Order: sequence, then structure tokens, then C-alpha cells
Amino acid sequence: MTYLTKLSAAALSELLISKEVSAVEATRAHLDHIAAVDTDLHAFLHVAGDAALSTAAQIDARRAAGEELNPLAGVPIAIKDVLATQDMPTTAGSKILEGWVPPYDATVVARLRAAGLVPLGKTNMDEFAMGSSTEHSAYGITRNPWDRDRIPGGSGGGSAAAVASFQAPLALGSDTGGSIRQPAAVTGSVGVKPTYGGVSRYGAIALASSLDQVGPVSRTVYDAALLHDVIGGHDPLDSTSLTERWPSMAAAARAGLQDGALKGVRVGVIKELSGDGFQAGVTQRFNETLALLVAAGAEITEVSAPNFEYAVAAYYLILPAEASSNLARFDSVRFGIRVNPESGSLTSEHVMSATREAGFGAEVKRRIILGTYALSAGYYDAYYGSAQKVRTLIQRDFAAAFNQVDVLVSPSAPTTAFKFGEKLADPMAMYINDVTTIPANLAGVPGMSIPIGLAPEDGLPVGLQIMAPAKADARLYTVGAAIEQLLEANWGHTMLSQAPALTPTEMFASEEGAV
Amino acid sequence: MASAELMDYDKALELFEPVLGFEVHVELNTKTKMFCGCANEFGSGANTNTCPTCLGLPGGLPQVNKKAIESSIRLGLALGCEIAEHSRFARKNYFYPDTAKNFQTSQYDDPICHDGSITIELESGRLVTVEIERAHMEDDAGKLTHMGGATGRIQGADYSLVDYNRGGVPLVEIVTQMIEGAEHDAPEIGKTYVAAIREIAKALGVSNARMEEGNVRCDANVSLRPRGSNVLGTRTETKNVNSLRSVERAVRYEIQRQAAVLHAGGTITQETRHWHEDTGRTSAGRPKSDADDYRYFPEPDLLPMAPSRAWVEELRLTLPEPPAARRKRLQAAWGFVNLEFQDVVNSDLLDAVEATVAAGASAQAARKWWTGEIARLANVAGVAADSLVTPVQLAALIKLVEAGTLTDRLARQVLEGVIAGEGTPAEVVESRGLAVVSDDGPLIAAIDAALLGQPDVLAKIRDGKVQAAGAVIGAVMKAMRGQADAARVRELVLERAATIE
Repeated sequence: MTYLTKLSAAALSELLISKEVSAVEATRAHLDHIAAVDTDLHAFLHVAGDAALSTAAQIDARRAAGEELNPLAGVPIAIKDVLATQDMPTTAGSKILEGWVPPYDATVVARLRAAGLVPLGKTNMDEFAMGSSTEHSAYGITRNPWDRDRIPGGSGGGSAAAVASFQAPLALGSDTGGSIRQPAAVTGSVGVKPTYGGVSRYGAIALASSLDQVGPVSRTVYDAALLHDVIGGHDPLDSTSLTERWPSMAAAARAGLQDGALKGVRVGVIKELSGDGFQAGVTQRFNETLALLVAAGAEITEVSAPNFEYAVAAYYLILPAEASSNLARFDSVRFGIRVNPESGSLTSEHVMSATREAGFGAEVKRRIILGTYALSAGYYDAYYGSAQKVRTLIQRDFAAAFNQVDVLVSPSAPTTAFKFGEKLADPMAMYINDVTTIPANLAGVPGMSIPIGLAPEDGLPVGLQIMAPAKADARLYTVGAAIEQLLEANWGHTMLSQAPALTPTEMFASEEGAV
Repeated sequence: MASAELMDYDKALELFEPVLGFEVHVELNTKTKMFCGCANEFGSGANTNTCPTCLGLPGGLPQVNKKAIESSIRLGLALGCEIAEHSRFARKNYFYPDTAKNFQTSQYDDPICHDGSITIELESGRLVTVEIERAHMEDDAGKLTHMGGATGRIQGADYSLVDYNRGGVPLVEIVTQMIEGAEHDAPEIGKTYVAAIREIAKALGVSNARMEEGNVRCDANVSLRPRGSNVLGTRTETKNVNSLRSVERAVRYEIQRQAAVLHAGGTITQETRHWHEDTGRTSAGRPKSDADDYRYFPEPDLLPMAPSRAWVEELRLTLPEPPAARRKRLQAAWGFVNLEFQDVVNSDLLDAVEATVAAGASAQAARKWWTGEIARLANVAGVAADSLVTPVQLAALIKLVEAGTLTDRLARQVLEGVIAGEGTPAEVVESRGLAVVSDDGPLIAAIDAALLGQPDVLAKIRDGKVQAAGAVIGAVMKAMRGQADAARVRELVLERAATIE
């Protein structure tokens, strides 16, 4: 049954619909694979095997009864641990929430369940989604399936690694400054950050409210589109949720597979997201992809976004400011761990303080302190206020660019996956890694990362970021699916089929070999 | 505190000029909370009206209650405020266990209502215009109960319980400009201003406006400056003064206390103070500086609001007559003397009397019944007078009395029947057989019997000693078991005395 884990969600869905494969078989195949490989990779923080099999059995029964089900019904999915799930612990990668089981489901989780997808478990992440490597999880690192000594990206390294290592065909992520797209890039998978407001944030543990967006993680553009159609759309519980009716992303992706889908598409290359600081192999694969696009009839234009230069700086004021306030509720009073102070009286103030000291990791504390400072009286205008102005300027850069082109492209990340520990001591180096993805969050526009090959120098995946105007998410799927098809036709295979095999035997052997 | 630490009030006013300011929190009576769908209900079991949003659980998000916005705008309009074209919520960040999110969702630089004023009338007839700086929306905190201590205060308590049912209930905070020139009237201005806000909120129907349930809460700011000085003194903020009388007492107390401190060469600490109802004193709370840093920033989970001008004008049309103007109009229409009218107002029976008059009763009769017998029964039962009978029922009862069908005494029995749920006054009259006997036949028979039974009295009446009739009337009433109209009996007694053989 291992072949079942190699299938795309769409392909698995066809087998489920034709009843050639049952949801229980599909689920068991994935659980078996998780059992085989995840002890080492550690993509999952929690695996809900029994619940998954029971959900799958219900789907099989409904399908057998002739019920009309969502195409993804019976397809297994992994859920980033930032999303509230009422039947699984939800920790956001933080010790402060160790063992906490929410009394409710996030809206996106409720929609998954309603569509009959089968939750396998919760995936690892940087604590409260603060990081680009998943090294900041309180529960240990997640390894990159392409190279076990390297990071899987972050904050959603667990979801990306789970999908890239065939432990789940689909996953949910959240993207505040690149937490879906950068892990997708460094693991050779697909990740989409929808338009801000396109997918409900209700039940997503907030990092920075004005930047956070939940989105799909998958191995193909079409799979991401199918998942987007399940989770997207207005939610009255999220006041920032857009009320429009969205076109089918799956239909948009299928349109991208038609002949000539890229003909006349105006593609803008962002001047500021290239050159210095970009790894040679990343630039090389990016340029080759542009050449393919030209050959397919797309028009490539270089566009300038002069204010992107300030994006990282503005982001690291807005994010910590909002985070410092969002994380205030972790105080031991109503949920989560409680730590009593070693000395002094047991006042609520002392207990809150001791709990937060013990429960939060260093990066979280760093950002709370930064944010608290940035919001302080007398500094607000200089920091938070100025950062919001930069945000407006970046939105204008996007608006000007989208006056000339249909989509914007850049490498998804400046480099391929880096090694564990490489940037831990230098927060700035970690932060600057998100230079490519942050502008989309600041402007609220949708962005997608798709794999475009391996960097020659290290053999690791390179991602292409595609961005579209706000609410034009469908355009990403059309263009993304078209490019994916072009590349795979060129290679003669999918990129992830080239990933090193992860069998327990092989890993064991390699461990021995290392001795 | 020894009285020596308070300066005589008149002396304090001689030496210092008081400057006042009030922050009044009005709890709105919306069905659901400000930012979630939980019931806004007083008296439910602890933590039963809660959800991920108002409990501040990870992942919870706020949704604005449109009715709360509407109520806030109507309250603002009634206070003569401008309604902002663009308004937004802001987070006020501070840690406290009754605040689930550890920030309060409030408003900072873009309040929904601003720049209004109301004019209040003191007992002396002095009119004082209080300028309103702003009226903004925010969510209430939960309720802490400190257990194990002697005083119920946090000091000395073993532990505290939190009930988040109140957490997230919508509040409007009304902030005045500085009130100068209050002079001796300062305490009365405080009381009258808060009473006016309470009355307006009640008239609008936006709040239950019960101070004893905390629907209206007042923070009173008081500072003193020496006569002749232009420099404002340091102020104190006495928190949560929850009755009109307490507002008056707390302002007076702070003036006397601060005057004593300043006169002795001391300085006033800028701080919050607690009001103690039992001792009539305030005590120091926490220091409060203008630099208190709540790290306000616009609430990113909520969209800015832009109430359309058309909507605001629509809401303006729903405003009731201002309470003060209404009182003037009603007193004139009813012809009540001040004492009678105050009696109605103080008993909170203005609405009841007005509705009873509208239902066809005379104003005096309505007043007499509401403030008399009904208030007495309500007092005995420990309920509000207007919960016992409806104005329509009372008006019907009054009409029966005026038509002579019932005497006052019988009417009181009918009222009891109505209160007991036996039906309308007419139905109670019928079922209890309480109507005045209006067929003169039995009455005349009784009168004749009484007159003939007391020939000496009959002789006196015939001699023109009309007052002698009293003895016969009494006997007749007794014979009729009270079911006769005394005036009619008197009339008939005189008539029969003249003609009887």
C-alpha cells in the first residue's frame, strides 16, 4: 500500500471516488509511513491514528451509502499545530500550551471535517510561528527530507516536511511573513498564502493579526487549489474575512493546464528581489524558469518596487508589536501550564510572570520585548506608526507593479535549506531570510511557492514565488499550474520523486554509516 | 480617619476652587456581548456565558455587535455629541486576571462619539452645562471574587475566583471635559450629572441603568486649586462610585480631604481612590500618572467603522424627548405641585403615571394610586411598583371608582385581585361580587329600616340637624356590608327622612 502515499490528493481522490481504495486503506498507508519515517524527521507533534481511522471509516460508510461527498473526502491531511483542534492538543510549538486541548475547532479545521478530509495529526512549527527554520519549536527540530542535517523551513516546517516526505498529501499552514511559502521552497513542495481575508483566521493562534493567513500546503498546485476551495470563503467569526464569492481555485488550476495558458501573460520580475544575497543556484533555476516562460509565450518585464527595501524592517516592528499584545493572554489563568514562582508570594502577577518566563522560548521573549518597546508611549509614532507608513508604500509599489503586469515573480527564498544552527545565533540573518516573502504579507496580496528544480551546488530544492493582486488568488493557480506542467514536462518527472527515499532501513543504515 | 484630617466644607471652598471631571460607564443591555455571541445576562451561573472569544482563548477573534454600535450612537446623539465619520477600536494593554485577553478592546484616538454637552438643573434652579469630551465603546472585564480574606478585598485573600460572564459586555464610557466653576455645588453637580446620564440611558432603552447592579458606574475626578491660581491642582480619581448619593458624598469628601492636606502644606498624590460606602471615606488605591502606558494601538482584528450619515440621521429620529424637557412638560400637563411631581420622579414612576393617564385615568388619581397603595404593596413584596399592575389595568380600576361602581375601599380589594392574577378589574369585581350596590331598592329598604329603628335620629334630621344622619349612614353601610356608595347613602337618607311615614 505504500504507493498510496506517493499519490497526489487529486489522484487519491479519484481512487476513493471509484472505490478502488477505501479511506481506511489510504489513511492506514499514511499512518504506517508516519510510523516508519517520522521518528527521525519529526514533522508531527501529535498523530491521531485511531481518530483518523475512525473518521476514514465513517467516510467509507457514507460513500458506500451513496452520499454525495466533497472530492477530497477520505483524503488524509496534516494540520499545523497553530490551529485549534478540539480532539487534539494544540500547542503552537510552545511549552506554555503543553497538552492544551481547545474546546473548539478553528473554522478551517471545521471546514476540513465537514468536507470529510481525515486529520492525521498536528505538525511541528517554530514556537508561535516565530522563525524560519522550525528550530524554535519547544518540542525539537524537524528534519528536511532532502537533507536530514538541514532545516525544513519555518515556521511551518512540520507541514512542509510531512507533505514532502509523503506522510500526508495535504497539510494546512499559516503564513505571517513566509511561513507557508519558504518551507515549501526548501522542501520542494507547494505552498500558498491566500489574500488576507480569503481564509478564516478564527481558531488560528494569532501571531500578528494583520499579517497572518492560513493556507494550503501540498505537492501539486492542483491539490493546493482543491484544499483552498475547502477552507476559503467568508467566515462571520473573523471580522477581517472578505465577503466576496470566490471563483473555484481548482477550476483556475485546471485552466492552467490548457495549451497556451501562459501565452500573453505579463510576468513582472521584481528587481529588488534578486542579485546580492541570492544563492547562485537559486538565481540560476529562477532564470531558467523565466526562459521557459518566455518560450511558452509569457511576456517578462522587470518592475521596480523601491520600498521593498524597508519591508523587513517594517515587518519586524509590526509583527512584534501585534504579537506582544496577542501573546498577553498566555497567563496561566484560564488554560495552559501554570508555574509558581520559586520565591515570593503567590500573587496572580508573580504566577503570570513565572509562567511566562518558563513557558516562552527565547525568540518569543525577544519579540515580546521588541513589540512592547515599539508600542510604548513616545516611541509609537517612530516605530509602529512609521512601519505602518512603510506598509502603505509597499502596497503602492504592488499597485504600481500590477498596473503593468498580471503576476509578479521572485525566488521564494534567497537560499536553499540551510543547516541546523547556522542562523540561530544571529536573529538578523534569520529575519533577512524572509526578505522575499514578507512584502506579500505587508500588502495582503496572495503568494504561492512552487518547486523549480534543485540548486546545482547543493542539490537542494529551489522555489519560485508567484504573487498576484489582492483577491486574484485564482490567477496564481492558473499560472502556477501552467509553470508546474512546463517544468515537469521538461524534467520528465515530478521534483519530489527525486527526493531521497526515506525508509527506516535506509535511515538506520545511514546512521550506522555515519558512525 | 479623624475629622481633623478633613477641612470644614465651607472653609475648603473659601480657600480652594474645586475642579471636577467624571467618567461614567454605561453598560448596554444588548442581548449579546460586545464582540461575541454570548448572552449579556446578569445572574447566570459563573462562567456559563462564555466562549473562546470572551474567554481570551488562543485563536479567539472578536466580531462587533451592531446593536451595541447603534446604542452607542444613540447615546452619543442624546448627549449632543458628534458621531465620528471614521471610528475604530484600539487595544488597551495591561495584565489583570479579570481581563481575559490581558488587553481591553476599547477606543483611543477615534472614539465613536465626541464633543457633546448636557445641561443639568440643580435644586436651586441653577443650570450647569457639562461638556462631554467623548463617549467611546469598550468591553467590560470579568468579575473577581476574593476568597478567604476578612474584607472581601484582595488584600489578605487566600485566593480569587474569576467569573467571565461580564467579560465582554458592552460599555460606553462617557468622559466629561473639566468642570470649572462648580463651587459649593460641586457634590450636587456630580450627583445630578450622573443622574442625568442614567436617566438618558434609561429613556433611550440602551441600558437597564440600575446603579445597584453596576449598569452605571462613575469615576469621579476631583482637584483643588488655591483661590487666585490659574494652575490646576493634582487630581484624584475615585473609582466605581455606584450610587447617586455616594457620588455626592465622595466629591464632598475629596474636597474636604484634599483641602486639609493642601492647607497643612502637603501635596496630593495623583492616584485612584476607593470609595467606602460604610465609612463614607475614600482610601488610596494605585498611583496613576498621566504617563501610564497602556501601549494603545489600533485593534487589527476589527475593521474601522464608518457609520453612514444616513444611518446616524435615522437613529437621531428614534431619540426620545430629553428627560429634563419631558419632566417639565408632564408636570405642567398634569398640574402637579413640585412635591407631588418629585414624589413620582423619585419613585421612578413617571413612565407608569404617564401610561396610566394615556390609558384614560386622571393624572391625580394615577399619581395617588401609584405612589400610594401600589407603592405600598410593592414595598411589602420587595418588587418594583410597575411590575405589579399594568397602567391599563389601573386606568380601568380608576374609571370604575370614578363611575361610582367601586368605593376606594372596594377598589383596593379589586387591586389585590388584579395583582393576584384574577383578571381585569371588571372581572375581579364580577368574580368577587364587589360592586357598589347601585340598585336603590335594597338600599332604600335598609335606610328605611335604620330610620324607623332610630326614631330620635329621624326626628333630629327632620328638625334640620343634618349631621345626625351620620348614625343612620353608619348603620346602613354596616347592613350593606360596605357595598354601598356612602355619598349615595347620605343622599337617600336625607330624602327618605323627609318622606318616610
